[in-house]
Amino acid sequence: MSAEQHVERHVEPPLIKGKPRFADVTEHIARVIEGKTAKTWFLLFGLAVSALMLLIGSVGYLVWEGIGIWGLNIPVGWGFAIVNFVWWVGIGHAGTLISAILYLFRQRWRTSINRFAEAMTIFAVICALLFPGIHVGRIWVIYWVMPLPNQMAMWPNFRSPLLWDMFAVGTYFTCSLLFWYVGLIPDFATLRDRAKKRVKKIAYGIFALGWHGGNRQWKHYELAYLILAGISTPLVLSVHSIVSTDFATSILPGWHTTIFPPYFVAGAIFSGFAMVMTLGIICRKIFKLENYITMNHLEKMNKVMLLTGMMVGYAYGTEFFTAWYSGNPYEMFAFANRAFGPYWWSYWIMIACNVLVPQAFWFKKARTSITWMFIASILINVGMWFERYVIVITLTRDYLPSAWGWYWPTVWDWMTMIGSFGLFFTLFLLFIRWLPMIAIAEIKNVLPQANPHHKHKGEGKDHAHPAGAEAKHQADVTGKPNPAMGGTG
Amino acid sequence: MSLFSQMPISTGSKTYGVIAEFKDPADLVHAAEKVRDAGYKEFDCHSPFPIHGMDDAMGQKRSPVGYIVGTAAFIAFFGIVLTLYWITGIEYKFVISAKPYFSFQAFVPVFFAICILTSAIVATFGMIVINRLPQWFHPLFESENFTRFSDDGFFVSIASTDPKFDLAATRSFLEGIGGTNVETIEVELPEKKKAEAH
Repeated sequence: MSAEQHVERHVEPPLIKGKPRFADVTEHIARVIEGKTAKTWFLLFGLAVSALMLLIGSVGYLVWEGIGIWGLNIPVGWGFAIVNFVWWVGIGHAGTLISAILYLFRQRWRTSINRFAEAMTIFAVICALLFPGIHVGRIWVIYWVMPLPNQMAMWPNFRSPLLWDMFAVGTYFTCSLLFWYVGLIPDFATLRDRAKKRVKKIAYGIFALGWHGGNRQWKHYELAYLILAGISTPLVLSVHSIVSTDFATSILPGWHTTIFPPYFVAGAIFSGFAMVMTLGIICRKIFKLENYITMNHLEKMNKVMLLTGMMVGYAYGTEFFTAWYSGNPYEMFAFANRAFGPYWWSYWIMIACNVLVPQAFWFKKARTSITWMFIASILINVGMWFERYVIVITLTRDYLPSAWGWYWPTVWDWMTMIGSFGLFFTLFLLFIRWLPMIAIAEIKNVLPQANPHHKHKGEGKDHAHPAGAEAKHQADVTGKPNPAMGGTG
Repeated sequence: MSLFSQMPISTGSKTYGVIAEFKDPADLVHAAEKVRDAGYKEFDCHSPFPIHGMDDAMGQKRSPVGYIVGTAAFIAFFGIVLTLYWITGIEYKFVISAKPYFSFQAFVPVFFAICILTSAIVATFGMIVINRLPQWFHPLFESENFTRFSDDGFFVSIASTDPKFDLAATRSFLEGIGGTNVETIEVELPEKKKAEAH
């Protein structure tokens, strides 16, 4: 095989289809928020706000009446609230993985999906934070979890995983929000400069902070962005690890395992990508952004889901193996009970959705079928919800049969859960209506013409560059990705 | 090349500077090299996205944001370790599951979270402060054409505070290196300053 053929075989499809000019990119993405509000949007927003009302109502009643309105009791002291908390935090992880880890690894395809994935992260974490907040029962003293000096001279217990959670998820939310905002600054400037109405100009202008796109701004900006990506990277792994210690540091059979942190992280990324997929498919269709979120992007996401789905499946297997290998009768019983006990159906829903469904992604036909991937993404999220449900439901049968019990959610559990979707979708719909759902500046950066060496291809020496740039230039000519394209120089 | 160099009002000058438009990222990089080689210091290159190699082309140093964040993270680490030592070991001594008062292994998630949180806040706001933002008014926004920097425009701006700045010469220099739509940016001075300038 000649060298030329070798290069030919590794050519990636273009990241952005349709060969847009810079101005086209601005136009295509900004028109989504500048045009008239679509009727569909109002319809969806109405639905989302109605669900949000359910949330407000059910949380209001909860605060009034107490957590007795939920289906919680002994032995199951943790029910829907923790299931939803873990599920929503997990959803968020894909956004951070896309925005931080894929950025550091120079996966330029992340650019098309990072903005709305990050938005999804923030809104999902808001939904997640709600549940522990209301689960404490006395929401008006929730600030006790924070180490604030107080007249009682009390301090929180820093050995408690629940407190670690507060720090981990609080940090996660703040970092995600800052990262998202920093990414948005140049796009706010774009919207400010395009705005026709004074109110809009001022509103976007305030958030744009007076950005003028000079390299003296960009160089600090890029480094700050890189640092934010760097420090968000360990968060992808740490946040859900810490969440898993809520379970793993207890001494209950089925919970007290060291596999929980990695298994939770894989599951989080798995479900998060599924949610990115669900939202992405709908948005690209409605807003005609098929050239930006291409089949190539969707296929890559499906591959990530296949990988993380396998990791999750492997973890399910390992749990059973460990239970058997431990020789501990309680541990063995806990797992046998999961698969064949009274809640067997939730276990098998989990296996079907999380292990079997993604197997279809071995086939290119499934990876490139919009219908299939949409259905799969929803099934995966159902499965991931049941994963946490299965873990919590282990509580129904612990050591002594006399202490066994049941867990059934009440109508308030359901309303709060549906309501959290209302909160999520309300925020998400507001986001796609007022903010660019694709990062305009970053997309321009991954277009071929953004590379300053682009038009010199084949012209030979590029004399004007200092010595170090020469090798770099050669690399560009040979078709390797430009490291700058992720954004950093 | 101070960060404050583009603050026009303090100079009392009415002319902020000159801007010129260039066709694409490659042209802007070449223009930046020529402006740098001509000896200008107080200039900037505006683009819709960061352009690779622009720091070298403009003769600019690396951003200090990294050192600032590194220092902040370091301080945060020692700060939180000492805080928790004080809380658990001195102020609020409680035996919990028979562990030592300052059982630092259990505090690692908190140490870690605080370091990350501090770094993120300092990186974001450090960048904003170093960029002298928010600065909602900027003389460059006086130019209608310039607002295209956030769409598909590539501009070089040379500030009048530059020692080498001469309105006619700088204008023709920018035209000479291939700049189009060369424009002089005028700033309305506040009344008081205007009186002083006269």
